[in-house]
Amino acid sequence: MGATEFDLATSLLAILPEIALTVLAILVLGLDLYLPKSQVRTVAYVAGVGLGLIAALPLIVWPGSPATPEGLYWGGMIRHDVLSQIFKVMVLLAAAITCLMSVDVKGVGHRGEFYLIVIVSTLGMTLLASSADLIMAFLALETTSIPLYLLAAFKRSDQKSVESGVKYFLFGAFASAIMLYGLSLLYGFTGQTNLYLIAAQLTSEAFANNPIPVLAALVMIIVGFGFKISAVPFHFWTPDVYEGAPTPVTAFLSVASKAASFALLVRFLVAVFPLSLVIGDASIHNFWVQLMAASAVVSMTLGNVVALAQRNIKRLLAYSSIAQAGYTLIGVAALQSASDVVQAQAVASVGFYMFMYVFTNLLSFAVVILFSEATGSETIADLAGLSRRSPWLALMMTIGLLSLAGVPPTAGFFGKFFVFNAAVQADLTWLAVVGVLNAIIGLYYYLVVVKVMYVDRSEDEDKPIPVSRPYAWVLAITSIVVIVLGTIGAQTVFDWAVRSAGSLFL
Amino acid sequence: MVPLWMYLAVAAGLFCIGAYGVLSRRNAVAVLMGVELMLNAVNINLIAFWRYVSPLNMAGQAFTAFVFVVAAAEAAVGLAIIISVYRNRRSVIVEDVDLLKW
Repeated sequence: MGATEFDLATSLLAILPEIALTVLAILVLGLDLYLPKSQVRTVAYVAGVGLGLIAALPLIVWPGSPATPEGLYWGGMIRHDVLSQIFKVMVLLAAAITCLMSVDVKGVGHRGEFYLIVIVSTLGMTLLASSADLIMAFLALETTSIPLYLLAAFKRSDQKSVESGVKYFLFGAFASAIMLYGLSLLYGFTGQTNLYLIAAQLTSEAFANNPIPVLAALVMIIVGFGFKISAVPFHFWTPDVYEGAPTPVTAFLSVASKAASFALLVRFLVAVFPLSLVIGDASIHNFWVQLMAASAVVSMTLGNVVALAQRNIKRLLAYSSIAQAGYTLIGVAALQSASDVVQAQAVASVGFYMFMYVFTNLLSFAVVILFSEATGSETIADLAGLSRRSPWLALMMTIGLLSLAGVPPTAGFFGKFFVFNAAVQADLTWLAVVGVLNAIIGLYYYLVVVKVMYVDRSEDEDKPIPVSRPYAWVLAITSIVVIVLGTIGAQTVFDWAVRSAGSLFL
Repeated sequence: MVPLWMYLAVAAGLFCIGAYGVLSRRNAVAVLMGVELMLNAVNINLIAFWRYVSPLNMAGQAFTAFVFVVAAAEAAVGLAIIISVYRNRRSVIVEDVDLLKW
């Protein structure tokens, strides 16, 4: 089950992206101090391009190559496998794009420490994607969250931003304390902190008859995850924080922290509470599958229905993000199948969904940033006439929204298709049906925004919205990825994800 | 020797007091104090489990040390955010911070 003897060179290679991130963080900090205030753009480009380059590192140290075999490293703290690398690439790309699209945002992009905090948070997310130990998981979770609290409150003089920061912080600290209590119970029951050793201990005779303590620990831990992925009923912070936080921060925390948390959630559930774990007569596996399915249904329904009533575009995207977490949870619930093939498909569908969601949501938020920086408004009604004002921008927003809604030929269609397919394969057809019904509700409010942009008229139609170079790059890259994943790339990427998902099951 | 369950009972009690504080207090600083109580309940849990369940494996102690470090970082960041709320609104009562709602 992985290298037991310690080999420094291999171990260092296994955390190469993290080392590079630390170096980049120090570099950005130094540049910010050294360069004059007028050259803060350089800091942004160094951070953005640096993160983009680091996103290639997980591909270089790909698990399975002779230099870095798959397995546990650093005394079991880190598991180096294909799944973790895929999610690392995802969060690194998301961070790179976030840095590039913060450049011109007033009160955010002109302060060099913003990029430093984004990089530190990304460091936490990459560790989160690969952590295989309770201690590491907790530490990575907090390394992710604490910088995000700061980022949400980053505009110190803006009341909304500060308010979103304090709300995010109080909810986050509460949720992570509950989760930590669950982790401490899990440690106490087994005397182990390694995820892959806990399951073996749980099946021992000490718990032969009483599943309640383990279930209590499981529920407490899921509270923490539910908060991070903003699944109902732990979603209360989401709309307020998404609306109040500076828009690049909203984009970042809606995609990157969610993706990394899903990576750990899947690893955690599969490793600690496997199918074979039966205490007394209760199957723990079945229990969490039911929890995930229930949370998926409620998240999708509540997210989509409440989104119908929103007037603020950031709030609409917040409720849409709750709904998207629900769709992804369908993929997690599909892990209920006993067949290896279906389980691999379920994991791969979660991975694919998050991959396409990262680019889709960043695309939508990039347009929102450009629009609100130019006009100072975040209301949907003010998007009227965008198609005449800036036809390209309206087209980009349309691609993003259609992908969120799951309309071909965008990536969102295949994201939903794979997730629903995994659910059907796993005998959860009812869940897939609920998902499809919800996708129809979702389609309505996404199309309303499109209608406002294309059909409604406004007086400002002769004032195009300026798009500076980094934003043009961001829009081009994300929209091309969304289209490619929605057409020719979908099957290839998914097959690749299925093959890699097998690595999760040891 | 004091049995394990007594430590766990103290920890569970502390955790509940902390959770009650978080849910019932209106002052953001007091909410933060509630969270700190919950984290200390976790610490008691971890140390007790370490001593009674697996004293040879140092993981429990290491875990506790990390919880301390993270709690300190969290308090620093949290108080900083609460101070900036106070500067903006001259209040740290959670219910007064209500610009964002649907």
